[in-house]
Amino acid sequence: MDSGIEKTKELPVQEITIDTDTRDILARETKYQKEKGFADWPIVDIDAHHSEMTSWRQVIEYIEDPILLHYAREFQSRTGGAPGLSNHTPGLRYQDAGGRIPHQQQIAEPVDDKSVHRDVTLVRRSMQALGLDYQVLFPGNLLQLGTHPQPRVEAHLALAYNRWVCDTILPEDDRIKTLLYMPLGEPEMCHRIIDEFSERKGVVGFMITSVRFKPVHHNSYIPIYRKLEERNLPLAFHAGLTWTDEWTKQTDLFISMHAISFVLCNIVHMTNWIIHGLPERFPNLKTIWIESGLAWLPFMMQRLDSEYQMRPSEAPLLKKLPSDYIREMYFSSQPIETSNMKLTEATFDAMNASSQLMYASDWPHWDFNAPSTIYDLPFLDEQAKRNILGENALRVFNLDRPAGK
Amino acid sequence: MVKVFVGAESDFEDRGRRVIEYNDTEIGVFFVDGEFFAYENKCVHQGGPICQGRILNRVVEVLADDRTSQGLTWDEEDVHIVCPWHGYEFNIKTGIHPGNKNARLRRFEVSVEGGEVYVDV
Repeated sequence: MDSGIEKTKELPVQEITIDTDTRDILARETKYQKEKGFADWPIVDIDAHHSEMTSWRQVIEYIEDPILLHYAREFQSRTGGAPGLSNHTPGLRYQDAGGRIPHQQQIAEPVDDKSVHRDVTLVRRSMQALGLDYQVLFPGNLLQLGTHPQPRVEAHLALAYNRWVCDTILPEDDRIKTLLYMPLGEPEMCHRIIDEFSERKGVVGFMITSVRFKPVHHNSYIPIYRKLEERNLPLAFHAGLTWTDEWTKQTDLFISMHAISFVLCNIVHMTNWIIHGLPERFPNLKTIWIESGLAWLPFMMQRLDSEYQMRPSEAPLLKKLPSDYIREMYFSSQPIETSNMKLTEATFDAMNASSQLMYASDWPHWDFNAPSTIYDLPFLDEQAKRNILGENALRVFNLDRPAGK
Repeated sequence: MVKVFVGAESDFEDRGRRVIEYNDTEIGVFFVDGEFFAYENKCVHQGGPICQGRILNRVVEVLADDRTSQGLTWDEEDVHIVCPWHGYEFNIKTGIHPGNKNARLRRFEVSVEGGEVYVDV
């Protein structure tokens, strides 16, 4: 340039807020995928969320129980709190770190398309920006429902939500899938839900919210697992947070509670699952452990292996080491821990990540991971990256290969 | 190295910013306490758009002389830029994370000439 001064342009979004378009928030990831050359890989996101509470008025109309429906409608007209009948915890309001992470606070961007539910458009935008071929969608606040003091409310809200999402969201886009909520508080409702929904469009399996305080190996749940195995439907344990158990009650900051809570629940359930021989009883039931990160797995493998070998009489159903069963399970990648890359690599080796790990975004939550977090791992070869980002999920959920990929 | 025009100095309010793009490089230029600071719009965590995040003062914990906690408050001097993707925070004048000195934003030099603001890219 003659002047030696280069002209430039301003970005259209100077500050990201709750009103910013999802595609602008995630624009850097879109750009990275093109730069790095994996934009044409199959990518499946096995854990993302929508905010069902923004549609709560619609959801409750699916409640079957007439009295609960009455209460739910009544609560809608009240102000000052979360929608009635849900099990929303006030502490969850800290998730966006005091407004520092706007997409966790609220997705308030304009949506003009009235032909589909607003959430369908929001999902499509995140899929476009993150380069996804499929997204497995979960609710948000309903993940707290497992500790609802009224099991019947858990059961009927699960039924209502499942009907609503199967009627309203899933039919609109072949790429949106879900693992439907099973209200373990009422086993009979779990059977109803499996029977009613397992053939519905977009349903690729079922999910237990891990924040609950009943042992998952209880005999009352065994017929549920048998039914899922017979129908070749995966079972996921979706971790969550609670600030109400005796351990997390001692933590008085969100960071502390969140760091422990999301792992502790799955530590307990996985321990019961393995030590009580569920993998031996249901060898063909695919189990997926979602949103506990990965750093807990080497701990689980070593701890359970050590104790099992000293006390095999307490776990007589086991025919191999606990870690051998863990290596046959599936895991979602988010929130991935990478502050010590040697430990991350050792974890991937220990769990056979190349065949057992599946990418998850957790979008739009505050600790989401974009696909680049997998692509950028320095110790993975290309095939392992492809497996984790998409190929493993295509196989586990028996999804059609995306056209041209 | 080229000198890239950002904008007029008079257009920057205190704690104002201008996020620009030049040859595929995005740069945020901030005006804080009478000085300009510029960083690549790429968080060292997972590449998020750090310069498009909120500007907030650093949070500090107040300890009494006997080392008991007196709660949290805003630091009166240290200003942070917060990544909107995941919340990573950096001192807006140094580009360094408050608890990880190895987490540093890529910095650009800023100059003001004749009332116009430039970054060296």
